[in-house]
Amino acid sequence: MTLARLKEILAGEYGRRVVIGVPYAWLLAFFVVPFLIVFKISFSEVRFSMPPYAPLFELTEDGAHWRAIFNLGNYHYLIADSLYIATFAYSIKVAAVSTLICLAIGYPMAYAIARARESTRNLLLMLIVLPFWTSFLLRVYAWVGLLQNDGVVNNVLLAVGLIDQPLTLLYTDFAVYVGIVYSYLPFMILPLYSNLEKHDLTLLEAAADLGARPMTAFLRITLPLSIPGIVAGCLLVFIPAVGEYVIPSLLGRSDQLMIGRVLSDEFFANRDWPVASAVAIVLLVGLLLPILVFQRYQNREIEAARR
Amino acid sequence: MSDRTIDRGAEYVRIEAVTKRFGDFVAVDQVSLSIKRGEIFCLLGGSGCGKTTLLRMLAGFETPSAGRILIDGQDMAAIPPYERPVNMMFQSYALFPHMTVARNVAFGLEQEGLAKADIERRVQEMLEIVQLRDYAQRKPHQLSGGQRQRVALARALVKRPKLLLLDEPLGALDKKLREQTQFELINLQEKLGVTFIVVTHDQEEAMTLATRIGVMNKGQIVQVGTPTEIYEFPNSRFVADFIGSVNIFEGSLVEDEPDHVRIRCEELDAPVFVSHGISAAPEARVVVAIRPEKIGMSRDRPTVTDNVAHGVVKEIAYMGDISVYLVRLDGGRMVRVTIPNTERQTDERIVWDESVYLSWQPAAPVVLST
Repeated sequence: MTLARLKEILAGEYGRRVVIGVPYAWLLAFFVVPFLIVFKISFSEVRFSMPPYAPLFELTEDGAHWRAIFNLGNYHYLIADSLYIATFAYSIKVAAVSTLICLAIGYPMAYAIARARESTRNLLLMLIVLPFWTSFLLRVYAWVGLLQNDGVVNNVLLAVGLIDQPLTLLYTDFAVYVGIVYSYLPFMILPLYSNLEKHDLTLLEAAADLGARPMTAFLRITLPLSIPGIVAGCLLVFIPAVGEYVIPSLLGRSDQLMIGRVLSDEFFANRDWPVASAVAIVLLVGLLLPILVFQRYQNREIEAARR
Repeated sequence: MSDRTIDRGAEYVRIEAVTKRFGDFVAVDQVSLSIKRGEIFCLLGGSGCGKTTLLRMLAGFETPSAGRILIDGQDMAAIPPYERPVNMMFQSYALFPHMTVARNVAFGLEQEGLAKADIERRVQEMLEIVQLRDYAQRKPHQLSGGQRQRVALARALVKRPKLLLLDEPLGALDKKLREQTQFELINLQEKLGVTFIVVTHDQEEAMTLATRIGVMNKGQIVQVGTPTEIYEFPNSRFVADFIGSVNIFEGSLVEDEPDHVRIRCEELDAPVFVSHGISAAPEARVVVAIRPEKIGMSRDRPTVTDNVAHGVVKEIAYMGDISVYLVRLDGGRMVRVTIPNTERQTDERIVWDESVYLSWQPAAPVVLST
């Protein structure tokens, strides 16, 4: 097929459907179908077999009828065992606090980059993205070396004389926050930057002209106009942080798990796929809410950009 | 183009030898101006002539590299924009997109810490004046260009500034709306007694709005005067050329008397007789500028020996109210002549390729140094 012919097909009604259809087909095959499978498993009973759960639809013993067994026990189990609720609550707390810290650190950074000279701007953005060139796992591991009792941080503090005994930094909530904030900060900075960079600076001149001091102008003009960026950044940090598995496993407490760890333990250590599926479904539904909020703001920003 | 009565009030803005450099580039070069209370002063010039930079220095967004700016006798050097008794209407209007029209207008008053009731009252009054009362709860993106312009004006005027700076106030409007808005602006200015400094590249806009015009070129003020002075008595070839259209001939003085001069131009057969004296060295090279509407056109040779030329009509542009003729003189030079279309249809009208005589009054030409 010649290139011109291909172009012709893609430009036509049929071609357009193909172009739009490909990502939808991808989503269907690799998100919707697996989701339905997991959803189905979450209503099954655990069995020591292969696969390790009971089928949802069974032939009755006489072979004449189909029988559907909907087992809500897995969900009931999540409520009954305080471990799951506590884990969910802890995960949400960790994610929320990390998100706020990311916002507090990321906003000034994004602001500074957006207001920097154009030549420096690209360099600064490069520096934000640069850590992605190293493996995520490696970077989290590096924090173990930094935070452990004879790690770099403690050694420096001891050498300076600020402390006499090494601080317990590793395997604490603190270490988890450090790890999450460190890892997800770029996801806060980038959407904030892309919002702040688009701001019309004459608006600030107009505000100053009307008598607003720089701080007032920031609070009344820049901040409200950057809300879509703030929401986008917060969701991009919060959503993956709730289900974060690697960071709490490597840096966190052993007596307080996060939901991602519970999920993986149920699947692989306990081989209780039905309960694991139920955890996954609850987690997904819980995250759906912020995703919807995100989409609403995204739509609003697209609308604002069209003006 | 008649000049409105100039309020010969006291000096309100004083610009003393102000210079602004951006690196090696001199944007504003030794500009001195005195602007009176109640004036509409237009800074007119092409893009990059420094007019906007000068305006931004008045607002406080740029700091002069040298010189002083005094507003109402007070040196503005140490005063930040948010404390100046000045408001600005931005070229892009710079309306706050997340606020309604009413909130936009109220913004400046809120900064003054006025009582809520007073703010609401003054916002309502102002929206009444600019006829936007029904649009108070709209967001800027729901308004037309003309309405946005009025919001910007209301937002700046509601603070009751003594001095309003307007950066290309009508630039974003279409022609019809622009003309209408020009007169609205003048009425508003007279009603409120605010001093306006307007930056524009549009000479028509400057002519209609201004009590006085300052023409700028390459960072310098080249002429200050009423619209009539600027148009009828330009002081340089640049101003004559920039304001309106003009036919320019180079020549040398052949007769230099206190009450008249005679100039011989290489491109004209007959000498140019000018009925006023000029100050120039004898035999000096000068420039004669004649406006197209001051040139008469006829088929028969006028009974004069000076101020006449012969040529052939090469182009005619019918503009409705006037017709523009391009006439090629016998020497090859093209001359622009405009004739008002006072009658609806005449067979007498001169057409293409006709042989014509051009003539003008002795008071018509302006003599400038080269």
